[in-house]
Amino acid sequence: MTKLQLITKGLVKDNPTFVLLLGMCPTLATTTSAINGLSMGLATLFVLVLSNMAISALAPVVPDKVHIPVYIVVIATFVTVLQFLMQAFVPGIYATLGLFIPLIVVNCIVLGRAEAFANKNGIVDSALDGLGVGLGFTLSLTVLGAVREILGGLSVFGWKIPGTGDGMLAFVMAPGAFLCLGYLMVLFNKFVAKK
Amino acid sequence: MEILLIIVSAIFVNNIVLSQFLGICPFLGVSNKLSTASGMSAAVCFVITLATLVTYLINKFLLVAFGLEFLQTIAFILVIAALVQMVEIVLKKMSPSLYQALGIFLPLITTNCAVLGVAINVVTKEFTFGQPSHMLGLGEAVLYAFATSLGYGLAMVLFAGLREHLALNSVPKSFKGVPIALVTVGILAMAFMGFSGIA
Repeated sequence: MTKLQLITKGLVKDNPTFVLLLGMCPTLATTTSAINGLSMGLATLFVLVLSNMAISALAPVVPDKVHIPVYIVVIATFVTVLQFLMQAFVPGIYATLGLFIPLIVVNCIVLGRAEAFANKNGIVDSALDGLGVGLGFTLSLTVLGAVREILGGLSVFGWKIPGTGDGMLAFVMAPGAFLCLGYLMVLFNKFVAKK
Repeated sequence: MEILLIIVSAIFVNNIVLSQFLGICPFLGVSNKLSTASGMSAAVCFVITLATLVTYLINKFLLVAFGLEFLQTIAFILVIAALVQMVEIVLKKMSPSLYQALGIFLPLITTNCAVLGVAINVVTKEFTFGQPSHMLGLGEAVLYAFATSLGYGLAMVLFAGLREHLALNSVPKSFKGVPIALVTVGILAMAFMGFSGIA
């Protein structure tokens, strides 16, 4: 697999949301608007790249029996770093995403990449793999957020479409998250996924 | 009165799956059959209640007492992982039949975000429950965690029942599997939205 393939495979072929169905909780909970979805995606990307690099470097010296706890502590450390950075530089977004920032620790995408890729590949490849999967996750969250924002609030990236009234509020609330993701998945299966 | 409010609000109004989006992975993963769904709910119920009790005490008497709140995420996930392991060992010795029944679900609970989510929520968020907003005491926190996990079980069992019927119907090819399940959950969530008017 070339370096470029490592980055692009997460976008469509191995898309974490639409193909692998991983990390559903943040996908549904934080996509009330395109901006929120984008921020959550980037936050996960940050942790993915760093934890992939650290785990790929540590993997040869970690005894096999305790590898999962070690990986979780590594991931939790980077999540804590991310929490501090976000609190300091983007407190507004940190408050909106709330609980779902510490919950990146239990996002199956991060531990999944550590187990499936980072522990048997080099540091550079692991970083690129984290970047690719993170970008795929960010892309799906942004798309889902944008769709819900348009349907629910008739605005795009916070910009209200002029001359329109209120949207369908249900799409910004819980039911809309499930419905939108369900229908987006149908469209993805129909038009994008290769048989 | 407050006890009743906590229970109703945690089970129905703020249902952990259908309005807080926690624990979706196992919710979608093991809801194919009613029997596995109820087994998973029982295991989650047990672990959420126990984990909240332990992390609440650790947070209060270790982290806050020594000014180490920034270690919350790391400490909690370690406690939960250790706890799940311990529950596994104890169950294996004390009740092999229950251990057999829960099977693979037990170790998987470590990465169920509902457990970590509830544990973090009860020590960082303020709740109202018909009183001025306040941090939860130990009793309230454990009761809230227990009621929340009952809500998880309710959503899980309802959804598994729906899915068993769904499996018998023919759906369009693109809808097969997860997409139709998500649409079903969406409608279920809409029904639960009706509870928001109560508390």
